[in-house]
Amino acid sequence: MEVTININGEPVTREIEPALLLVHFIRDTPGLTGTHWGCDTSNCGACVVQMDGLPVKSCTVLAAMAEGHEIRTIEALSIDGVLDPVQQGFHEEHGLQCGFCTPGMIMTARALLDANPDPTEDEIRTAISGAICRCTGYSNIVRAVRWAAEHEAAQPRRS
Amino acid sequence: MIAGGHSLLPMMKLRLANPELVVDINDLEHLAYIREQDSEIRIGALTRHYQLLESEPLARHFPIFADAERVIADPVVRNRGTIGGSLAQADAAEDLSAVCSALKASVVIAGGGGERVVSMEDFHVGPYTTAIDDAELLVEIRIPVRPGAGSAHAKVERRAGDWAIVAVAGGLWLDGETIADAGLALSAVGLTTVHATRAEELLRGKRPSEELFAEAGAIASEDCSPSPDGRGPVDYKRHLAGELTKRALRRAAERARAGTTPGGHTWR
Ligand SMILES: Cc1cc2nc3c(=O)[nH]c(=O)nc-3n(C[C@H](O)[C@H](O)[C@H](O)COP(=O)(O)OP(=O)(O)OC[C@H]3O[C@@H](n4cnc5c(N)ncnc54)[C@H](O)[C@@H]3O)c2cc1C
Ligand code: FES
Ligand code: FES
Repeated sequence: MEVTININGEPVTREIEPALLLVHFIRDTPGLTGTHWGCDTSNCGACVVQMDGLPVKSCTVLAAMAEGHEIRTIEALSIDGVLDPVQQGFHEEHGLQCGFCTPGMIMTARALLDANPDPTEDEIRTAISGAICRCTGYSNIVRAVRWAAEHEAAQPRRS
Repeated sequence: MIAGGHSLLPMMKLRLANPELVVDINDLEHLAYIREQDSEIRIGALTRHYQLLESEPLARHFPIFADAERVIADPVVRNRGTIGGSLAQADAAEDLSAVCSALKASVVIAGGGGERVVSMEDFHVGPYTTAIDDAELLVEIRIPVRPGAGSAHAKVERRAGDWAIVAVAGGLWLDGETIADAGLALSAVGLTTVHATRAEELLRGKRPSEELFAEAGAIASEDCSPSPDGRGPVDYKRHLAGELTKRALRRAAERARAGTTPGGHTWR
């Protein structure tokens, strides 16, 4: 079947198997391998992208179901080489080691801050509770998201 | 039929489901709502978990929903999974089926021939099997609003976001200091959601007390049939069933007496 999905504002059209998962549709698109594919069981959160502004696990959405919806991936966060405050926060606070969980963590955190610009540590931990990090022990990730919340005003952001 | 896909797609990946054709019902946006009508709360089948968690009318009438939703999967899964898919999946470990049973809900099933209303009791006909026919759709869940209501959900899981080891949903309707009606249902302790009718029977007409709730817990723990698995042995699960029954009923009674309920929960 032919499917057109809007990814980061660009329509991408491809002939696909009906059972193709959104995560593979995204990763098969040139330049969009930032979204990671981990557990494939909706548990790890590495595949999180935003669908109409809400974070979703793209390993548990059929590509065909995303037609007509706006998908936003990690690649859309930095603008002209300037990192999104959440990305910058991960850099400042050492929010990653191997980086496998990072795209999903950042897309989840970005959606949290869009809905709640000043989250408590508890709210951050709840928001990322569907994402697993095997390296950092989470403390630095929480700090990174707080860093972003505190610096949000100072840097350019896509609305 | 695919709604949130968070039960069906995992089943397809495990080859437990092999549909030849999948119909995406997510465009039926008019089936996502929570409203009060005719002394009932009516919930559209496509209402997602996060919407149930944030709903003000639900928090006011049935805080049991927010109790359950805070511990169903994680916020990202809750952005997709729907109440219709949860009930239609008819998984014994699922939380909302127990919530709806305890609240004496009924469901509306629509097909070419029109609509029919089925009680939760008749809705689940077996493990992963419901009263929905092939050419039918679950469209709405109806929960009667009655005076003196208090409700609560209590769950123990291995880690954040996991399925229940055991969970208990309890509803009480008080008339003064007497229990006019009671609803009690358990998750993950049988082949389907366990509706604890004998314990409900015991509660009706009595005054709420710790002793009464302990007795109801003992009956519920006898009347369920847990299996040993990675989540624990049978005696542990029976112990949890009794203890969680007490906790849910205690909480429900407090809320019924207070007549008020905590506000909605904001960030998903
Ligand atoms: C990691 C993870 C953890 C989870 N943890 C929990 C938990 O702790 N507690 C819990 O209760 N649940 C849990 N779930 C399940 C989650 O709540 C699911 O979203 C829910 O059970 C199914 O809803 P859905 O909309 O995704 O259904 P789908 O997967 O879309 O559908 C499930 C079934 O119902 C049918 N169906 C769906 N909608 C309708 C309809 N309107 N009419 C007729 N048939 C329909 C489908 O054909 C399919 O057979 C978890 C899921 C995941 C992935
Ligand atoms: S790959 Fe999707 S949640 Fe792990
Ligand atoms: S940085 Fe390695 S898994 Fe999170």
